[in-house]
Amino acid sequence: MSDQPEFFELMKQYAPNIINSVPYAQALGFKLTGLEPGRAFATAPYMKETVGDPDSGVIHGGVITALLDNICGVAVVAAMREFKSTATLDLRIDYMRPAEPGRDIIGEAECYHMTRTVAFTRAWAYHESRDRVIATASGSFAITAARNFSKHVPEGVNP
Amino acid sequence: MSVNTSAPTAEARREALETYLSRTPFANFLDLRCEIRGDEMTAILPFQEKLIGNGAIRALHGGSIGAFLELTAMAQLFLLSGQSAPPKPINLTVEYLRQGRAQDLYARAFVTKQGRRIANVRAEAWQDERARPVAALHAHFLLDGDEA
Repeated sequence: MSDQPEFFELMKQYAPNIINSVPYAQALGFKLTGLEPGRAFATAPYMKETVGDPDSGVIHGGVITALLDNICGVAVVAAMREFKSTATLDLRIDYMRPAEPGRDIIGEAECYHMTRTVAFTRAWAYHESRDRVIATASGSFAITAARNFSKHVPEGVNP
Repeated sequence: MSVNTSAPTAEARREALETYLSRTPFANFLDLRCEIRGDEMTAILPFQEKLIGNGAIRALHGGSIGAFLELTAMAQLFLLSGQSAPPKPINLTVEYLRQGRAQDLYARAFVTKQGRRIANVRAEAWQDERARPVAALHAHFLLDGDEA
């Protein structure tokens, strides 16, 4: 996506609030670190409160699920030309290897296709790069009309 | 008369699960509770403000629902498997069916198939009515194989 639609520019201005306004993301310490059209990056810090295996100190997979779910949703909004509401339909996570204790996790998500009603995303969690992933995800999102929209309704779509 | 030492009793399995959950920080972070009757378990995620994903509509975060279902599936499998270590998730799919409202969430899991290395588990979460699930999960877990 080479052109940057007006809506994305507007979204970018509000970027810090996108994750800061989500209580669960706040509780887990997520930070949005990058935003491009149809793409989002965020980090999950290593926290002793979110350890899933007390013997190894490895963070629980549920933290990665939350991170990837959240940034997939952000990537969907970043792919829009006008604001609409989204709802997660499903999210699949494949765990490749445990996260390393003591290290932050980077999440990267992209919205690779969007119809009028559904958006398709994939995401990766890693420490350094996508060459060595901790987990991958794919999720689909329902696109619903923003509550106050009227003139932007594509024909044939029921709000 | 010999004592069968290979299969832990239901009581021993329940204790192993409760010990694991009590010393797992993330289960404590979520304040996860389990009601165990024999080999059947209902997991409870008591409502907390930090579980909210969308403050405007007061909906639970998909990630908190997903983590709760994953823990429920793992706990139920651990309870049934009789293994000494908790199973590890290979992959999981969460289907979001209804908005999770700002109240307690309940879940039950069903082990569809327990093989020697891999188990297939389903789980469902609900609030007021069991017949109106908030989310459903299906997952594969790796069993440690220490007693397989």
